[in-house]
Amino acid sequence: MVELLQDKDRIFTNLYGFEDWRLEAARKRGAWLGTKEILEQGRDWIIDNIKSSGLRGRGGAGFPTGLKWSFMPKEVTTRPHYLVVNADESEPGTCKDREMLRHDPHLLIEGCLVASFAMQAHACYIYLRGEYVQERERLDAAIKEAYKAGLVGKNACGSGWDFDIYMHHGAGAYICGEETALLESLEGKKGQPRLKPPFPANAGLYGCPTTVNNVESIAVCPTILRRGADWFKSFGRENNTGTKVFCISGHVNKPCNVEEAMSIPMKTLIEEYAGGVRGGWDNLKAVIPGGASVPLLPKEICDTVLMDFDALREVTSGLGTAGMIVMDKSTDVVAAIARLSYFYKHESCGQCTPCREGTGWMWRVMERMVRGEAETSEIDMLLGVTKQVEGHTICALGDAAAWPIQGLIRHFRHEIEERIDNYRAGKPVFVAAAAE
Amino acid sequence: MSLRRLAKEQPANFEISKAALKEIDIWVQKYPEGRQKSALIPALWITQKDAGGWLPEAALRALGDLLDMPYIRVYEVATFYTMFNLEPVGTHHVQLCGTTPCWLRGAGDLKKVCEDKIGPKGSTSHDGQLSWIEVECLGACANAPMVQISNADSDHYYEDLTPESFGKLLDDLVAGKKPEQGPKNGRFTSEPEGGANTLISKGLYSKVTKKALPNAVKKARKKPTKKAAAKKPAAKKKAAPKKPTAKKTAAKKKVKS
Amino acid sequence: MSDLRKVNIDGEEIEVPADYTLMQACEEAGAEIPRFCYHERLSIAGNCRMCLVEWVGAPKPQASCALQVKDLRPNRDGTPANIRTNSETVKKAREGVMEFLLINHPLDCPICDQGGECDLQDQAMAYGRDASRFQENKRAVDDKFMGPLVKTIMTRCIQCTRCVRFITEVAGVSEIGLASRGEDAEITTYLEKSLTSEMSGNVIDLCPVGALTSKPYAFNARPWELEPTESIDVMDAVGSNIRVDSRGGRVLRILPIINEDINEEWISDKTRFVWDGLGRQRLDKPYIRKNGKLTAASWDEALDLAASKLKGDPEGIAALAGDLADTESMKALKDLMDGLGVKNLDCRQDGSSLGTGPRQEYLMNTTIAGIERADALLIVGANPRMEAPLVNTRIRKTWIEGDLKIGLIGEACDLTYDVDHIGATASDLEKLAKSNSGFAKVLKGAKNPMILIGANVFTRADSAQIQNLCGAIAKKFKMVRADWNGYNVLQTAASRVAGLDMGFLPGKGGKDTNAILKAAQKGDIKTIFSLGADEIAEVDFGKAFVIYQGSHGDQGAHRADLVLPGAAYTEKDALWVNTEGRVQMGFMAVPPKGEAKFDWAILRALSEKCGRTLPYDSLDELRAKLFADHPTFAGLGHAPGAEGADKFDPSKLGKAGKVKADAFGLAIDDFYFTNPIARASQVMADCSAVGDETLSEAAE
Repeated sequence: MVELLQDKDRIFTNLYGFEDWRLEAARKRGAWLGTKEILEQGRDWIIDNIKSSGLRGRGGAGFPTGLKWSFMPKEVTTRPHYLVVNADESEPGTCKDREMLRHDPHLLIEGCLVASFAMQAHACYIYLRGEYVQERERLDAAIKEAYKAGLVGKNACGSGWDFDIYMHHGAGAYICGEETALLESLEGKKGQPRLKPPFPANAGLYGCPTTVNNVESIAVCPTILRRGADWFKSFGRENNTGTKVFCISGHVNKPCNVEEAMSIPMKTLIEEYAGGVRGGWDNLKAVIPGGASVPLLPKEICDTVLMDFDALREVTSGLGTAGMIVMDKSTDVVAAIARLSYFYKHESCGQCTPCREGTGWMWRVMERMVRGEAETSEIDMLLGVTKQVEGHTICALGDAAAWPIQGLIRHFRHEIEERIDNYRAGKPVFVAAAAE
Repeated sequence: MSLRRLAKEQPANFEISKAALKEIDIWVQKYPEGRQKSALIPALWITQKDAGGWLPEAALRALGDLLDMPYIRVYEVATFYTMFNLEPVGTHHVQLCGTTPCWLRGAGDLKKVCEDKIGPKGSTSHDGQLSWIEVECLGACANAPMVQISNADSDHYYEDLTPESFGKLLDDLVAGKKPEQGPKNGRFTSEPEGGANTLISKGLYSKVTKKALPNAVKKARKKPTKKAAAKKPAAKKKAAPKKPTAKKTAAKKKVKS
Repeated sequence: MSDLRKVNIDGEEIEVPADYTLMQACEEAGAEIPRFCYHERLSIAGNCRMCLVEWVGAPKPQASCALQVKDLRPNRDGTPANIRTNSETVKKAREGVMEFLLINHPLDCPICDQGGECDLQDQAMAYGRDASRFQENKRAVDDKFMGPLVKTIMTRCIQCTRCVRFITEVAGVSEIGLASRGEDAEITTYLEKSLTSEMSGNVIDLCPVGALTSKPYAFNARPWELEPTESIDVMDAVGSNIRVDSRGGRVLRILPIINEDINEEWISDKTRFVWDGLGRQRLDKPYIRKNGKLTAASWDEALDLAASKLKGDPEGIAALAGDLADTESMKALKDLMDGLGVKNLDCRQDGSSLGTGPRQEYLMNTTIAGIERADALLIVGANPRMEAPLVNTRIRKTWIEGDLKIGLIGEACDLTYDVDHIGATASDLEKLAKSNSGFAKVLKGAKNPMILIGANVFTRADSAQIQNLCGAIAKKFKMVRADWNGYNVLQTAASRVAGLDMGFLPGKGGKDTNAILKAAQKGDIKTIFSLGADEIAEVDFGKAFVIYQGSHGDQGAHRADLVLPGAAYTEKDALWVNTEGRVQMGFMAVPPKGEAKFDWAILRALSEKCGRTLPYDSLDELRAKLFADHPTFAGLGHAPGAEGADKFDPSKLGKAGKVKADAFGLAIDDFYFTNPIARASQVMADCSAVGDETLSEAAE
């Protein structure tokens, strides 16, 4: 039996918003406690501790956060440093940052101060997706509270460090979750990813050194520093440490968000927190484990797989944002992936050729596959197209559009073939397995 | 993503209201000198709200002038981001999430409700009260299926919908009621239905006290920041009676930790 | 000091500058890299993905246009990074991108004007697969209106954004954008308004496919039917290098030829689209005015009449050369007039006073390419954007890339770069000469300051005083030194520098343009030979008998009593000297129209009739005499620049004295109507109408 995370070891103690989000309540929960002392330890101490905690970016790519911070230039020249927080949460299946923004904004703001201080940034922008209007208002109010209390602004927390924090928002473009597209958008342009190099740490916002971090990556930092890298590291497996907010959606009895330790078995997570798969575990068909961009996993793998970066990579998927989309046996899995293909076509910025042309092509072929109106040979053709997109684009959206289809063909090729056969035989192409 | 073009019919005259301009100016102040273009997206959003839910062509020019941007750059942005409505919408503009997590939980049934009550996708009801479009993932997947409804007052998320609760929601809006945002199945937010099984020990978080920073103390005194460095000699002379203040601070810190 | 790096390309180790892109390095190693979006004079977009190469060890292929050699890490064993341009990975990547580019590209090559010179066609042949696997419907995109010059067939667009980058970066007007997103992304102008840039036609050359094509040239010809001829543009005094494409004796289009010193690879819209004017309003036979009407005549008749009119008292005869006159014909006319003892000669139909001092007084001594070395520029009484668009483009380029500060005394206008508008009048110039603050401070602190004076300034009554003032400014701010000559006049007439160089000016006691016209009014001048002097109002010729030699039935021919039909610039081999003093040679693309003849030959024939036969029977002989009389003409392609600058004292120019407080006027009031060919062009008329619309909208 797996030992579950205890409430006392949860960082986001107001994840569900049962308590007040405002400063006073947040302080009682531990936010802004000893922030000045943390800053007094110095930048190197902060970065070293984040490094040794093993924290890996929570936005999808899983890049070590402390290492990322250490890429910022050591000396500040005429170009100021910036921290930009990526709160453009739009990965299908993912709804964790939203809870932090609206229920625990002060953890994020405090994290921004600590991270900015560590990177010698006097200013931080938090980029929210445009649709999060309530979250925007909350965050704005929380920032005002923090200014009023002297926690940010001139001489933030009495540390001697001047720090300004601003909320910014988008207006409906998934691509702005890509860090350089986000920076373009923040500069008032279309969200088209930039060519890298130069990387943001050298030339980011307004051409200045910039680090872009996910909300969760930043919001957990003060607690990690307060409770110690060792404490954080005590959860999860090596190289996959800490706690993590998981989102469980789709065909479960009780969809929810929950903070758990990394490396928790997927099955445990679903059964303990989400009330189990609709119709029981054996009714499970597949799970997309880390947001729409990662390949789905069939039940056989879900039975035993752990929810962490390395375990999911071993089964050619990924932890991504840890937004799990659960599909039971009634699911038309071809249609489910076709809908994601539509999503990527819709969200392609249109800048580079393989993504602009490939996403539309893949979606149209997927739609025909859903109807069975295709040749069996086109399955390999489609796979070939996904490979032609993958790795050839400016940003990772091309990969993200390719992987779900690759996962589908890898694990459910027989379903596509059946449909094609059924269509040719004049039979109904898809008959849903009886649900529950 | 379908083709995004400006509306064929445009108002004869349009001006951004003073209140909206004031609000836009707050945004302009957020960015460094010469970077006022950064405010474009928020400014477009404010203007859209101000203009009744959509962006007339004149608004694009007005903002171009305001932010010193070529019109084509404003146009690029307005057509790139899908939250900008380039044509008029209903009083209550329903944005129904149709992406896979919502689709798995019945977004298709909600679409039927829209089709029945409003019309085909992208249409506005005859009385102009309701309009609907299908949008991509709105980031509330644990509360699927859901919609966002924009009107003059708000842009609320309505979550955990069924065709019934959604139908009622639309009726209420048309009837002039102001339905509460959030889940419509009794949940509070994104906790499991029927009650959370974590974060339930309420008292646990109300009395968090300050503890010593783990593996910090010694290192901190040795490798301090600039500010702390200035204090260093004072700490060394702790014993000297001439510096009572330094002593006091040090002592106070000890007690606290 | 150059920072060199080693890189291994296809097995061959080479050393290249660290800031080279991989694409440049590959080309250095002899490997050809296909590309669509990349253009060396535009910012890097990296969006077409055609230039992908393999960096051995990297997880994915790299866009070679965007990655610099210095970004490459050496291999683990310390050997230089390995780049492959011919591996299976690269081949597949290119095939993949090619397939994506073609899936939504229409198969309308047979009716596409780009056919035969289309990058997409060529590269599909070289790098594509033999067949497409795409079974879906192809995308259709609405065409966009972009004005009278640029025709759009947007379904063909591959979204490379070269046009967006050119218009924004080089032309300096943000008028084209990529709107919408994903597969619906489309190139457009705001509300499909006409492009207002005088450089807009260059987007046609830049477009790698047939999405943006030439509207006036539409469906006229296939590129392989055209005969290209290298030539020199005469729409202004820049001397842009052009290629004149013709078929069956008709000019069908004009394209730029790369010349880094002059026009780089751009040309103005007037240069590019004026060609329809070559087919209109042409003088194709000699005409003699009889009973008030111009009546067709034979060459013999015409030349006899001309000769008879030139036989009188040389005091009563004058010759004027217009802005499009070629060097050889001016030389022939001057030699003829000299032979006849005529001293009333002038190549300055605008009444300019310039041309009696050292050569530097009327040249753009900094040279066009030299602008890139300047860090401060004072423009006096000029609108380079209208008077010399390619000079303006170079100023803008320098302003963008470097730290060029620009001040303007003259009419305020949008020059596509930030300008410190110091004032509009000559008094402001006077003030600047005495000042040590404001822009004077900028000039003082500059390493390579320059002054650019509009040619029109010298038509003022106080031109000598202004010239003196400008010279004083040049001296004060150390604009002239042994290795730098920052004193410049921006000429606007293609013929002017050649005319001044050969002394096509009043002889001793002779009259200049203004005096000639005054004398004509009085009846003292009885015969005026006008070699294409079309910018003089008809009435100004008074009662004089006007012999007009030229190519177009414009103002000059209307007033003429005798018309000798000559060749337009595309119809003759000729030398041209541009505003930098650079001598260039243009070649005949098509023969002269109808009975028209080469201009020098007409004058040679006339000289015989006059009994003063010119001593040359061929163009080569004429040129030999020209080079002997004026050696500067022999230095083909050469611009003097700072040569002799150590002996050039600008403060000695002109005459000291009070200047008038008047504002500096504009040399050009309509960019599209500056000469007879342009005025004959319907396309130029359309462009002018667009400009008027834009003006009236702006005034609203």
